[in-house]
Order: sequence, then structure tokens, then C-alpha cells
Amino acid sequence: MKKREFKPLSVLYACLAYTFLYLPIIVVIVFSFNTSKRNITFEGFTFEWYAEMLENEQLMQSFYNTLIVAFVSTAISVFIGTLCAVGLHRFEFKLKQLISDSLYIPIVIPELVMGIGLLVFFSSINVETSIYTLIISHVTFSMPFVVITVRSRIAGFDKSIEEAARDLGANELSTFMRVTLPMIAPGVVSGGMLALTLSLDDVVVSYFTAGPDSTTLPLKILGMVKKGVSPDVNALSTLMIVGTIAVMVFSQLIQRKMEKKNG
Amino acid sequence: MKKYSDIKGDTPVKDNIVVRLTDVDKNYGDNRIVKKISLDVSEGEFLTLLGPSGCGKTTTLRMIAGFETVTAGTILLHGEDVKDKKPNERDVNTVFQNYALFPHMNVRDNISFGLVEKKTPKAEIKKRVSEMLKLVRLEGMERRMPSQLSGGQKQRVAIARALVNRPSVLLLDEPLGALDLKLRKQMQSELKHLQQRLGITFIYVTHDQEEALTMSDRIAVMNDGVIEQIGTPREVYDTPKTKFVADFIGESNIIEGYSQNSGDGLMDIIFESGKAVVNGKGIDIDEMLYICIRPENLRITREPVPGFSIKGRVKEHVFVGSSTKTIIELVNGQELKAARTPDAELFNIGERVNVSWLPERAVVLHTKEDKLYDVIENNSASEMFKSFMREDGGNA
Repeated sequence: MKKREFKPLSVLYACLAYTFLYLPIIVVIVFSFNTSKRNITFEGFTFEWYAEMLENEQLMQSFYNTLIVAFVSTAISVFIGTLCAVGLHRFEFKLKQLISDSLYIPIVIPELVMGIGLLVFFSSINVETSIYTLIISHVTFSMPFVVITVRSRIAGFDKSIEEAARDLGANELSTFMRVTLPMIAPGVVSGGMLALTLSLDDVVVSYFTAGPDSTTLPLKILGMVKKGVSPDVNALSTLMIVGTIAVMVFSQLIQRKMEKKNG
Repeated sequence: MKKYSDIKGDTPVKDNIVVRLTDVDKNYGDNRIVKKISLDVSEGEFLTLLGPSGCGKTTTLRMIAGFETVTAGTILLHGEDVKDKKPNERDVNTVFQNYALFPHMNVRDNISFGLVEKKTPKAEIKKRVSEMLKLVRLEGMERRMPSQLSGGQKQRVAIARALVNRPSVLLLDEPLGALDLKLRKQMQSELKHLQQRLGITFIYVTHDQEEALTMSDRIAVMNDGVIEQIGTPREVYDTPKTKFVADFIGESNIIEGYSQNSGDGLMDIIFESGKAVVNGKGIDIDEMLYICIRPENLRITREPVPGFSIKGRVKEHVFVGSSTKTIIELVNGQELKAARTPDAELFNIGERVNVSWLPERAVVLHTKEDKLYDVIENNSASEMFKSFMREDGGNA
């Protein structure tokens, strides 16, 4: 390709775009180490807020809640979603189009509507909101994403590969475990990562479906911010950023490794 | 519809029938893909299902493998009806058109897949896999992934992966279709030798008539869901039974006409552009029929030869490498192809020549098609002759 000449306007544009994207994050990280309680001037470096955050039992409880909900709901979503995608790929049946299209509804409808809908549903069947209703709700909105990513992975591959496995003596289960699953694994992993991320930072649906003892971290932070942004919230946010980046890098590494293997 | 006994090849079929199809039908909705096919394949035979795409050959193969259900009729493997047997329960293995190797497994794991399924002891697996690698000449490639292999190597892995299970029948679905011409030729002879050495029954699907002729013990020529003819390569080439077979296998000149007795066991065939002589055996007088003559059996001479000659004009020469094809235009505009060896005299383009053949070289194809009756009506042959000659004389 031809080497681009230096264009000041494009550079300015790019700088502004990146500043807009990353400055807020940098501010949060910087102020998490600030000795001052107010997020206006940087007065000195300290780990005080991190220590305070760790001593805040409520905050830690909501952190555990978030992790439990995220991992359990992701596991369920991945299981149901993968089976759903494989089924939709493999079989022809009546109303298939309707069933496959209806998977998009949880993705497109406003989260608020979904949250209210779930709340009404749980109360109409007399189920009190708790960590279980929270998990079910998270599965509801994250499962379609798993189905979509897995389906796009399956759509590309040759049906005769599964037939070859059958031909060589493998039954349905063995064909799935030894051939189908390894081949769709990159799709399953990225679907799972998507579900995990969605669950980790969900506020709206959780707001309606979490029980009194199952407050998640995003909900907790939202509550704390009402009284002003304190430095321990900054510290917590910084940890979350680090955690998210770590998960992202990890999942990218896994996927790249798998795709390299699958060719 | 033809009876099975009519289309069965003349070759003596060994008693050991491994695969037997009886009146097999396959419909997709209202679409009849395979129509009442019957076929016996004996042990150690190399049988090819040959036909154009959409003729039902692959569907037939997939029914034997168990990937497609049979709409009607039965398939017997070793005399046992396999209707309720799933693909993994049948003693056959398939080599797929696009190899269908497992992309996440290396060569060794691909080949050992079937043995691992059958819970073969590890030592045995190791032994048989290395035997196979040696057989298909892929030693040292055990750890390669399919994505690191060339087309020909993938093909060999696919064959090894199927053969390692020692199936009684190997089904091959256009296995060489994706390879370039040179590699294809090489793999053809490799496959044929492999089959002869192992003595395994091969059922081979292809649309490439040359491939079918070089490799097969018997060829079943399929068209539109039926087997038109089944026989040795020589039989289907030398004595095609239907117009389709004559047309599909090799090159043919097909002339439509009707018969008149000319004595001496010979029969005159009258057609639009003249008269020809063929062997009269089995032909009724005034029967409408096709005659099929291979390009290599056409003789071109400047002067008329004793017996019969058809008048024509040299239209063009086509160089095809090993020979030159001369196209001759007859009076009615029909073109005949004649293969000329390098030594043969090439006539000038536009030159008037005589075309003839030895009566025994022509194959007579009986037909019941009505359109042949047009020939009689159009056969003001003498009129056309005269004008043809006049025109020609004018030019001279």
C-alpha cells in the first residue's frame, strides 16, 4: 500500500476520538490513588481507598454476588445456547423461522421493558426476587447472544465432517463430543465471554429482579454514587477495569490458539 | 422400464455379492431422484457409478452409506437388510468429495478416529495407523494438521482414515474432483493399485467418463435416476445400449435413420443425408433407429469406397494433441467428428469427401422415439443430393 502522507486534520480527529474514549477511564484510575476525598485536584498518592474498599463488607458481598451470578448464568447460557444453536443448525422443523427469529427479541427490546416484564412475571407466579431470579433473568438476556455467536460459527462448516464421524463408527454423542464441539469451541468461548460481560455490568434488569440480599456490584455502585462519587468507588472501578482487561486478553489468547488449531 | 436382467452386464458376476440394491427408490417430496435401481456388487469389485450431476449417483452412494433413507426397495450388505442400521453401524466407509478431514485433529488422530471409536487397544491402533501411513505414503506426516497438507495429501489421509477400519466396502464420492489434472491421473492409478492389492470392494462415484473407463471393473451409467447400462468399460464404450450412454461415454457420432434390407446379413440405414450399411442382426425392416459411430472408426476418403459412402464436406480441423479431429458437414447440416492420427492425410477445408465405416464398427441403438418418423418425411434425400452436388459442381 502507498504510504499515507501526514494529514494534521486526521491526526487531530483521531486524538480527539481516543481522548474522548479513554480520558474518563484514566481519570477514574488516577483519582483512585488520590489522598484527597474530592475528585477535583490530585493531592498525593495513596492505597488508602483500596484498603477501605476491602474492609467494606457490603461492597465485598455485592462483589461476590456479581461473580456468582455472572459465572452461573454464563454457564447456563452457554449450555442452553450451544444446544439451541446446534439444534437449529441441524434440524428442519415447523415454525423454525419463528423460533429462530424470536431469539432476537430479548436483544432488541429495551432492557427496561424486559426488567419490568421479568419482575411482573416473577411476582405473578409468587416467586420472591432473590439471587435465583437474578440468575434466571441474566440467562434470559445473555442466552440469545450465545446462540447467535455459536450459530455463526456452525454455519460455516461442512456437514460432511460430522457425517464422516458417523461413517467412522461414532454415535451421536461421540460425534458431538469429539467433532462438533471442538469445532464450534471458538464460537462457544466468545459467546460465553459476551454473556459474562453482559452479566457483570448489567444494571437495568438486575435492578428489577435482584432480591434484597442479592445486590450486585453495579447496583451497589449506583447506590453509592447517589451520595457523591467517593474514592473507594474509584478504586473499585479501577479493579474492575483491570479485571475486565485481563478476561478479555485471556479469551483472545484462547480463541487465537483454537482458531490456529482449527485452521 | 427396463428389467434388471436387461441392464446387467455380460461379465460373469462372482457369487460373492457384497452389496445388493433391489428396486431402490429415493424421493424428495415429489422429486424422484433415484428410480427403481437394482445393482449387485461382488466382492473385490471396482464398480463405478457414472453420470452427469443430478443423475442420482451420489444419492445412491449416500443410501448405501446410510446418510439417506431409502424411500422404497431394499439395500442388502452381506445379504442383510440395512434399513434400520445407522451409518456408524454399517460395515462400509466413505471417502468424501471434499475429504471432510477433522480440522482440529492431526493426521494420526484423523486416521485413528474409527479405531478409537471401536475401543481398539492402543498398541493395535499404533500398528495399524503406521501401516496405513506407509500404504498411502504419508510416513513422517503424523503430526501435521489438515490445514498444512496439500490436496493430494488430504486425499490420502481421507483414504487411510477409511481403510484403517478394514471395511468390506469403500464408498468414494468423486474423491479426485478437487485435484488438478496431473495429480488426478496419478491418484487414479494409485487408487486402482491400492484396490487391487487390498481386494476391497470399491463403489466409486464420478462424472468423469475417462476416470471411470480407466479405473473400473464395471461401470453403471446413470441418467435421470436410472441405470442406463452396466458393464465393463469396454462393453459400455464399444456397445452402448442407449443413445445417452453412447453420447456420454467418449465421443460419438449419432445418426438417426430407418432400416431397409440389403441382404448378406447387412442392413441399409436410410437417413437424411444418405445411406449407410450396418450389421443387420436384430434389426427389423423399417425400424427407426440410431446408429452410433466412434470418431476413430470413421474413414474419410476422397473417392467413394465399395459398399457405401456418405458425401460430405470438410468443415474444420481441431487439433486436440494426440490426434486431429476433422469435422465433416453432411448434406443436411449434421456434423460428424472423425479422429485423425498424426500420419493420416488431412484434407483441405471445404473439400468434398466420402465418409464410411466398417459395418461391424457401427453400433445400432434401438429406440421408440416418435420423432424419427420425421426422417422419412424429410427424406427427399435424392432431391437434397442433387442440389448439393450441383452447388458443389458449380464451385469447381
